[in-house]
Amino acid sequence: MIPPPNSSAIVTIRGVGKTFGAGVTALEGLDLDVRAGEFLSLLGPSGCGKSTALRIIAGLSEPSRGSVTLSDASARGGIGFVFQEPTLMPWTTVAGNVYLPLKLAGMSRAAATLRIEDTLRRVGLSEFRDAYPRQLSGGMKMRVSIARALVTQPRLLLMDEPFAALDEITRFKLNDDLLALWRELRMTVVFVTHSVFESVYLSQRVVVMTARPGRVSSELVVDAGSRDAQFRTSAEYAAYCRSASEALARAMDVRAGAAA
Amino acid sequence: MSERMLRIVLPLVVLLLGVLAWDLVVRLNAIPPYVLPGPGLVFATLIKDWSLLWSSLLVTLEITFEGLALAVLGGVGLAVLFNQSRWLERALYPYAVILQVTPVVAIAPLLLIYLPQQGAVLACAWIVAFFPVLANTTLGLSSVDHNLVDLFRLYGASRTQVLWELKLPAALPQMLAGLRIAGGLSLIGAVVAEIAAGSAGAGSGLAYRIAESGYRLNIPRMFAALLLLSVAGIVIFFALSWLTHLVLRRWHESAVAREA
Repeated sequence: MIPPPNSSAIVTIRGVGKTFGAGVTALEGLDLDVRAGEFLSLLGPSGCGKSTALRIIAGLSEPSRGSVTLSDASARGGIGFVFQEPTLMPWTTVAGNVYLPLKLAGMSRAAATLRIEDTLRRVGLSEFRDAYPRQLSGGMKMRVSIARALVTQPRLLLMDEPFAALDEITRFKLNDDLLALWRELRMTVVFVTHSVFESVYLSQRVVVMTARPGRVSSELVVDAGSRDAQFRTSAEYAAYCRSASEALARAMDVRAGAAA
Repeated sequence: MSERMLRIVLPLVVLLLGVLAWDLVVRLNAIPPYVLPGPGLVFATLIKDWSLLWSSLLVTLEITFEGLALAVLGGVGLAVLFNQSRWLERALYPYAVILQVTPVVAIAPLLLIYLPQQGAVLACAWIVAFFPVLANTTLGLSSVDHNLVDLFRLYGASRTQVLWELKLPAALPQMLAGLRIAGGLSLIGAVVAEIAAGSAGAGSGLAYRIAESGYRLNIPRMFAALLLLSVAGIVIFFALSWLTHLVLRRWHESAVAREA
């Protein structure tokens, strides 16, 4: 049964399947609504096609079957994408990297300066605007990458395990900063992760996916008021994490059952 | 003594010892100058024949730089074309390889028949110098970070933008490595062609002077011309290394000084 389209959805995915050239089916029958303004996590084991789903939403990859509809608002405001690696251009400065999306849109450097400065200030990198990527730590590079995604003021921000390679202290800090940015800019975030703890801490809704083929297994609504260090150590947080872990375990059982 | 000083002083000591040994061998065995001139005589000849050798050196250097410039134009241009069209690459790359593996010494006499002498020498310099530029630039253009390519696509970059803003800057280190190899090879190509031309009794470059002096048994002048050629090769290498450093010093790992 195909769920009806959701009016408040910024992205509507219906029956999407993706088969790669080698015959590997990464996604099959994926139905998902991304609601405007929400923070959504896609949680699943590696190889469950969550990155593929994200690339399909971004238009970087075409679905083999099914449809993906973006609402006008998101199409107009554009999409920001943050990769697993910072993916910066080493030959230009922090400001030059953040300038890239505007430059490709034909905006002059002079006209873009204010927006670059503003975005760098938001991610706390104003002092480093003339530094080259190699001079920065892993966490700072990721901040540049986030700034670059935000500089076009996108309505929809897609993030593909952006903090997976960072140490825990840096990750916690970036989690908090990302939440602050999300509240401040009122954008929609789709966050791909394989970390139960990260998905529960960040999102309002966690969508758990099964692997091979990837599809939605279950959904968990995280209805928590504040997201801070206290929430991270609360019983409420632990309970949500337990539910998410169980959902993930079930998702993986389904797969084991199917394989057997 | 610092590491840096040692790197300069040690080769100089070896040079000094070598020259000393050469001088002793010539003196003790009373070797006649038409067999092996001593270093003193070579140096004296260099000064005595300076105006002749200098003007010959200029001729050779002119050819070398013209060959190098054409090699860069041809190599980078062809690499860009190959990168834009796989068909063109498949169709033409084998011939670039053939041009490279056929010894230039064997082609030079033929070229001298069909082309005016200057043109033939230039063609030889170009043939040997262009392949490293082509091969390295091709490698550089095709090893661009795939995520960056995706990012450019996401922001709707045109082919021209991808080439100028992404591929060419990314390929710069490999391109410069090719240029450094090509500099030395262009000199070799020019010299080989001049020797071939010299055996036909025409020419004015430094290699022609070597051939001519050989026929006249003017061995000291042969050595003096050889010395000048070596120095020219060394200067070209260092000049191109310096250029590489200048262009890459801010961002590429190969050119960035590491702090201990």
